[in-house]
Amino acid sequence: MDRRAFHVVKRHSQRSNRIVALIHFENVGLRYGMGPEILRDLTFDIPRKSFQFLTGPSGAGKTTLLRLLFLSLQPTRGLIRMFDRDIASISRTEFPMLRRRVGIVFQDFRLLDHLTTYENVALPLRVRGKDESTYRSDVLELLKWVGLGERLNVLPPVLSGGEKQRAAIARALIDRPEILLADEPTGNVDPPMARRLLNLFLELNRLGTAVIIATHDLSLMDQVEARRMILSQGRLDIYD
Amino acid sequence: MTRKAPTETQPKRPEMRVRPTGPIVPPVNVSGNALMLVIAIMAFLACLTLGAVSMVRATAQSWQSQISREITIQIKPEENLDMDNTLANARDIAMTFAGTKSAEIVDRAATARLLEPWLGPGLNLDDLPVPRLIVITIDETAPPDFGAMRASLSESIPQAILDDHRTWVDRLIAMAQTTALIGTGVLVLVFSAMVLTVIFATRGALSGNRHIVEVLHFVGAETNFVASEFQKHFLKISFKGSAAGGALAALFFFIANMWQRRSMATPESDQATALFGAFQMGYTGYLGIFATMIIIGVLTTLTARFTVMRTIYEIDLIRSDPARTDGQPD
Ligand SMILES: Nc1ncnc2c1ncn2[C@@H]1O[C@H](COP(=O)(O)OP(=O)(O)OP(=O)(O)O)[C@@H](O)[C@H]1O
Ligand SMILES: [Mg+2]
Repeated sequence: MDRRAFHVVKRHSQRSNRIVALIHFENVGLRYGMGPEILRDLTFDIPRKSFQFLTGPSGAGKTTLLRLLFLSLQPTRGLIRMFDRDIASISRTEFPMLRRRVGIVFQDFRLLDHLTTYENVALPLRVRGKDESTYRSDVLELLKWVGLGERLNVLPPVLSGGEKQRAAIARALIDRPEILLADEPTGNVDPPMARRLLNLFLELNRLGTAVIIATHDLSLMDQVEARRMILSQGRLDIYD
Repeated sequence: MTRKAPTETQPKRPEMRVRPTGPIVPPVNVSGNALMLVIAIMAFLACLTLGAVSMVRATAQSWQSQISREITIQIKPEENLDMDNTLANARDIAMTFAGTKSAEIVDRAATARLLEPWLGPGLNLDDLPVPRLIVITIDETAPPDFGAMRASLSESIPQAILDDHRTWVDRLIAMAQTTALIGTGVLVLVFSAMVLTVIFATRGALSGNRHIVEVLHFVGAETNFVASEFQKHFLKISFKGSAAGGALAALFFFIANMWQRRSMATPESDQATALFGAFQMGYTGYLGIFATMIIIGVLTTLTARFTVMRTIYEIDLIRSDPARTDGQPD
């Protein structure tokens, strides 16, 4: 684990002796506009270093829940604690700092088409004001790790769906987030590649990052003994 | 660079090389070019107006100062009046006053030339009762006491009339002020049009880059970082545009000036000079163009900053509010 993460752990353990969950939801409900409640009374914890799948039928609210976890959506009601802080009491100017501790892979990737794979993956470090020379080898290493070592200087429109997916994953991982949110990360790849990506997430989890993978790919979930969070009709069931 | 000649040896494991990091905001896109063009045109128009206004102003001022630099004494002819003696006398009286620099009697030949258009050539002034003039150059900064001069002239020479051009000068001052006022009005209008155009064009160009704002925001960039990236981008565009427009305006004045000098003393050019003044761009003119460039740069930058801030605010506040479904999903 890197030093920064170590400090975070130390800070938390100083504050309380019990193991604090990274994220805690209490009676969280959400409705869009005047529509029905998409999420109803969700109460759960995402423990540190945990690994879980988030599943449920299409339209069940998986993306919605991930947006809540990423602070890009406010709950209609209920309490969300992230990194031991009540998000309702956090000022907006602090959100970027909290988001930096969360990595997210969007369902539609959101790569910038005018930047190369390398530049896209390095973007989170760049916006943190780091100098290119300090992170170049890290980025190259990560790109090699996700199998994009040969595609460094290619622009996203040229990449295949699976390559884009891996670039998006690499971008989410590059600053070693404490928690990784991945929305359908295997949606665009064949089963062998899906297995490779899953192994990548497991490896990351072994290194200390909590992982939440939203998917409805049953065969993927069958490959790992992991916690399953199942959303249906606004309710969440958790199978440890 | 990553491109290598194919003849070069390809290592087994290709060297991991990356291109020099590109700017976060793409340097060229269609709306960016359109914005640059708009800014160039508006800068050109603004600089032209600025130049024209300052030229009219300078011309009016030079008229005014030329006229107020001189006063004239007119001697009306009369039976038995020794004109030459009286002229010399009047000149001597005028020169005794502090503030007069020199006095010159307009001699017969010159007077005849002045009257030639009306009375025809070959005129014998001795046959006609023509008034004669003395032109007195005065110190503008410390003019003589016209009242006292007038009094002492009429005391010893009843035929003398002192004309200090007061009415002319007053009228010219009024005209110059009106011209400058109208010019300033036009300038204000042109600048407001420019400001609005720049603001709208910047917004348009920025909306084409909105997805970049969002991605930057979601990878953890702070508002200030995103705003400064876009500011840099738009500052570059607006400086390029306004520099092109300003340079074109400067070139216009330069060529006009050259033409005027070349054809100096031809009737067309004299007319143009009399009407518009000299097409001269002093260093103040170039300073004006430079100031216009800076104003446009600052405006574009501020617009970009505010628009980016607003976009981020929308993402953070409006689109994160599930009660509002009008925002695009994300
Ligand atoms: N911005 C929005 N405004 C209004 N309704 C929305 C918005 N975003 C999502 N919804 C609705 O909320 C419900 C849940 O959507 P969500 O995208 O969370 O589902 P999902 O589980 O991710 O589905 P999928 O597996 O197809 O990706 C859907 O019925 C959707 O129409
Ligand atoms: Mg979804």
